[in-house]
Amino acid sequence: MSQGVMVVPEQRDGELRKISFEIVSEGRRLADALGQSLTALLLGSDIKDKAPTLGHYGADRVLVADDARLGTYTTDAYVPVISEAVKANDPAILLLGASFQGKDLAARLSAHLGVGMAQDCTGFSIEDGNLIAIRPIYAGKAYAKVTFQDSWPQMATARPNVMPVNEPDTSRSAEIMDAEFNLDDSVLKTKVVDVSKDESGRVDLTEAEKIVSGGRGMKGPENFKILEELADLIGATVGASRSAVDAGWRPHSDQVGQTGKVVSPNLYIACGISGAIQHLAGMSTSKVIVAINKDPDAPIFQKADYGVVDDLFKIVPVLTNEVKKYL
Amino acid sequence: MNIIVCLKQVPDTETQIRIAPDGQSIVKDDIKWVMNPYDEFGVEEALRIKEKFGGEVTIVSLGPKRVTESIRTALAMGADKGVLINDPSAEDSDALATARALAAVIKDMEYDLIFTGQRGVDDDMGLVGASVAEILGIPQLSVITKVEVSEDGTSVKVERPVEGQTLTIESPLPALITAQKGLNEPRYASLPGIMKAKKKPLEEKTLADLGLDASQFGKEARKLKVLELTPPPQRQAGKIIDGETPEEKAAELARVLHEEAKVI
Repeated sequence: MSQGVMVVPEQRDGELRKISFEIVSEGRRLADALGQSLTALLLGSDIKDKAPTLGHYGADRVLVADDARLGTYTTDAYVPVISEAVKANDPAILLLGASFQGKDLAARLSAHLGVGMAQDCTGFSIEDGNLIAIRPIYAGKAYAKVTFQDSWPQMATARPNVMPVNEPDTSRSAEIMDAEFNLDDSVLKTKVVDVSKDESGRVDLTEAEKIVSGGRGMKGPENFKILEELADLIGATVGASRSAVDAGWRPHSDQVGQTGKVVSPNLYIACGISGAIQHLAGMSTSKVIVAINKDPDAPIFQKADYGVVDDLFKIVPVLTNEVKKYL
Repeated sequence: MNIIVCLKQVPDTETQIRIAPDGQSIVKDDIKWVMNPYDEFGVEEALRIKEKFGGEVTIVSLGPKRVTESIRTALAMGADKGVLINDPSAEDSDALATARALAAVIKDMEYDLIFTGQRGVDDDMGLVGASVAEILGIPQLSVITKVEVSEDGTSVKVERPVEGQTLTIESPLPALITAQKGLNEPRYASLPGIMKAKKKPLEEKTLADLGLDASQFGKEARKLKVLELTPPPQRQAGKIIDGETPEEKAAELARVLHEEAKVI
């Protein structure tokens, strides 16, 4: 009988990423609901010193797979190692984060294990001892409540910046053990040959807590500077609507929407964005939405918590100045 | 270079999604079906590689008869042939079953590269590509914005944007690549292309033709089951910030974001 919750935290360059704490916290809640234990499976190189932190956030046990070949993520290396740990421990639930790495890893892992997998979930619960997951579909135009059949472990990935993170309790210590694994060099086919860091240094849209976004109303690429100034001040990432991206004003990686990124920040400020349904689908789970647009009939005002019907070129610079008072 | 592209149809993104009376599916009556946008990037990249290296591009899909339209579109863009797995028993299959069907067609073909879209804009799962790669035992490279096949055609170098950085990854071929927006600008099918497409081979197969057991497919065999679909949480109507001048409005907005919404 499969038992317990297992989570796979994500590290990069030897540091645990924020999503790790989100999934440990959620794993703890699910383990408590089941009355079972939570294991974190930590993969990396020279990573063992990060294990106790996972205990502070709620893991009962941390299995550490420490190997030079696990320092940088590759699907080839991570899938067999996690698969062995899953077979040895037989968890009822296996949870990863829905980061780029997590989604790639979970997809391959679920096929390898032959189990069902719910990708990019915004909520979890236990009913009759089974995992229930809530996930947006059609970029959030509808929500699906899903469960599993003949699927052990029940696998899922959690959308970044959604699951509440527990207060770390440094008095909580997890049992830390080495994970057993046999990783043959012959399975390592792909190699990361270069890592080119994004100059802006801003958090990715999919993980950003605050986003300032521009649309066709920005009228040109040079005008995004006023959004960048506001973003830098409040610690936000800059996003764009499809119009702005298709016009070549902003890169594809900045696009928010059904054919771009789906975001879930605490604050989304939409400047000169009319609010096409595909754009709304990408940001409608934002906690607070602000719309600045001189067209009073712009559909975005139907979804915004706060709307300013005025010229964004007049509003945004003043807003930037006003916000300084509160920082 | 022989390249396979897996594509599917999805509702056009303009579609208003309405939940059917059964509460577990969407209303399909008025839907305009189109090629999944991410799959288009896969078709385009396959064609560019074929133009450079020579070879054939084959489209493989699972779905009902209407999917032939999208396969014909790909053929009109320049792909050479298509295979549609059309079997009512396969309707509503989950990702793993879908991948099994696609892999059953692909395994008998010669291929150096397989393209799929990075996810379907309907279910947003991004699972089928990885599952096909797993079944065929080849590397997967997900969410790729640049592809460079080596001159000797034995390996590929790709770019993968992740949070805050872009990774360059090398892989031997054959491999499966899932296409991300920014990989290329898909071409429009030309009129001559559309005419030629009508004559290009498009086979249809059933699960039995592929030696697959129908009981492993379809809704009942799903490992991930949909209990219920609901509309998105409704947002309450918000408020329009008052003010005589832009300066006043901006000041008021900053104040409410700090005091009321507490996000700044």
